[in-house]
Amino acid sequence: MQDLNHLLTAAFVISLLTSGIRLAIPIFLAALGEIITERGGVLNLGLEGIMLVGALAGFMVAYDAEQLFAPSWLWLTPWLGLLAGAIAGMGMGLIMAVLAVSLQTDQVIASITLVIVGQGATTYLFRQQFGSLTARIHPLPAVPIPLLAKLPVLGEVFFQHDLMTYFSIVLLVAAWYFLYQTVGGLNIRAVGEHPAAADTSGINVTAVRYGAILIGAAFAGLGGAVLTVAQLGIFSEGITAGQGWIAIALVIFARWRPGLAFGGALLFGLATALQFRIQALNLQFIPYELLLMLPYLLTLLVLLRGTRRAEAPAALGRPYSKE
Amino acid sequence: MSEAQSSGAPSAAQATIQRRQPRRATTIWSLLAPLLGALAGLLVGAFLIWLSGANPITAYGVMVSGAFGGTRQITETLLLIGPLLLMGLGLTVAFRGRVWNIGGEGQYYMGALAGTVVGLFFQQRLPGLALIPLMLIAGMAGGALWAGIAALLKIRFGVNEIIATLMLNYIAEYTVLYLARVPLKDPTSFLPQSAQLLSPARMPTLVGTRIHLGIALAFLLIPLIYLLLWKTPLGFRIRAIGANTTVAYHAGMNVAFGLAFALLFSGALAGLTGIIEVSALHTRLKAGISGNYGFTGILVALLGRLHPLGVLVAACFFAALAIGAQTMHSVYGLPIALAQVIQGLVVLFVLAADALARRYGK
Repeated sequence: MQDLNHLLTAAFVISLLTSGIRLAIPIFLAALGEIITERGGVLNLGLEGIMLVGALAGFMVAYDAEQLFAPSWLWLTPWLGLLAGAIAGMGMGLIMAVLAVSLQTDQVIASITLVIVGQGATTYLFRQQFGSLTARIHPLPAVPIPLLAKLPVLGEVFFQHDLMTYFSIVLLVAAWYFLYQTVGGLNIRAVGEHPAAADTSGINVTAVRYGAILIGAAFAGLGGAVLTVAQLGIFSEGITAGQGWIAIALVIFARWRPGLAFGGALLFGLATALQFRIQALNLQFIPYELLLMLPYLLTLLVLLRGTRRAEAPAALGRPYSKE
Repeated sequence: MSEAQSSGAPSAAQATIQRRQPRRATTIWSLLAPLLGALAGLLVGAFLIWLSGANPITAYGVMVSGAFGGTRQITETLLLIGPLLLMGLGLTVAFRGRVWNIGGEGQYYMGALAGTVVGLFFQQRLPGLALIPLMLIAGMAGGALWAGIAALLKIRFGVNEIIATLMLNYIAEYTVLYLARVPLKDPTSFLPQSAQLLSPARMPTLVGTRIHLGIALAFLLIPLIYLLLWKTPLGFRIRAIGANTTVAYHAGMNVAFGLAFALLFSGALAGLTGIIEVSALHTRLKAGISGNYGFTGILVALLGRLHPLGVLVAACFFAALAIGAQTMHSVYGLPIALAQVIQGLVVLFVLAADALARRYGK
């Protein structure tokens, strides 16, 4: 009996950690993209809408590809969906870039409106395309990494995920390298800290900010597509359930640093996983509504730490115009 | 060049003319831009309708008759103008102070909760004449308190109110769903919903119609919000904070109080909307009692240019769109969310039109 308890606890913790990592990925990708955008001095609060558009675009493309190619090319169709999600995200990013950079509208107002447009457009398109049909697609299969996957505990927690999860770590390293080790990243950070000085030294502020917004939106769109295409295999209205907003909170929490954003995303992934696991235990004394609100409560708690102004990019949220 | 000359020795008359001309241009523009935005939004909507195989012109015809075609249709539209107006007016006050309250949904839920609890508790002990005002006050208090959490977090801990109010949306919704499912559950029903509000706790209606007290209250608030913003020191303070927080601070204004008031006031109106809608329409707490008013209200306030009269026009336009879309849905099978798409696009186009006018209009 004692042994059985131990076994159950170990299995519980392992599955908790495994799904915690998986659930962290969409939020992490959106936050990573937003870090690049905000480092360029643009506050894009539209992530929730961009993720939704990416989630639906990815789902629809993967669904149509499955209808076309099945059953022989099923390994390819999710990747087409993920690509479509990133591209659709960039489409939303382009709207934001035109409004925020070219037209210099208030970035808060423009991006909140963008969220509402994204919510409306995805609901409309999904209903129009699928009606009350419950459409399903094949999510990405888990790919155990040879040898490493056989390790006790660690193997199951870290090395038996789908390829997109591994790829997200590659993207983290790539984003870090881009921001800190390349001219492009340096230009983005310069434009976010002191656009006038960047302009004087010959950097095209408009072009760099367009780039920062488009890259960030592509990440958010990809994050949305990971949710529907790689992980769940379904789409439903408002499926992101506030993850885009949590990602924005995460950027503040991570003080605009990619590595910290990954850590923060893991925290949220674990909280969400814990919430699901406890729900599955069906404990009568904990209302499931309380569990469902856990990630949102955690977001508020995390923000209590507060940020000093100096940690944010100096020109964040301010349009730049040549005199 | 001309600026340098006139600043050298401007006569009083010259100065007045020069100051007035751009202002008049912006006044005309501030009316023209929403019209152009609405037109552009409707054009994109027409494109979407055409894509799904319907004739846009006849579809819009169906929409118009669905919103205004008869007494029943006009009543439906009026019943929707009420909540949109209340939400939009509250957010007008908040946005004037550049306080970005996007937690209208949560404040709506909390207002509905507080008001309904009062209603359920007193409905067999008090007459409607006493109960309804109590419920409305409780609703406002519930919404204001919920917004107060975000105000506290912002002022005391520097937490961004956009994220705080949005997170509080989810927390409020789950709280209400839990309370409706367990402690407040209707013992006679299998559904996860609260007990029902009885007739003393229902919004009184105009004899022979479905138009209720809540709609009248919404219209009554139009001049009151105008007076608040432009004829009281508090309103001046809010607008000053919105125009430039730093200047307002150095002018000796209590910025924290202004921010808190703007947030709590918009929360109170969202809570009022919540209890009015439950009392008049849903009659109990359950899933789906909010009609996304927290978000549509943002668009209403923005399209209405943060002016009470503009908000009225925007609320009428958006209500007609939403009710018309319901008819269009039943005739053509087009999803109702088309209304939300058009609403969002209209505001995006207005933002763009404004920016273009700022750049090329001078």
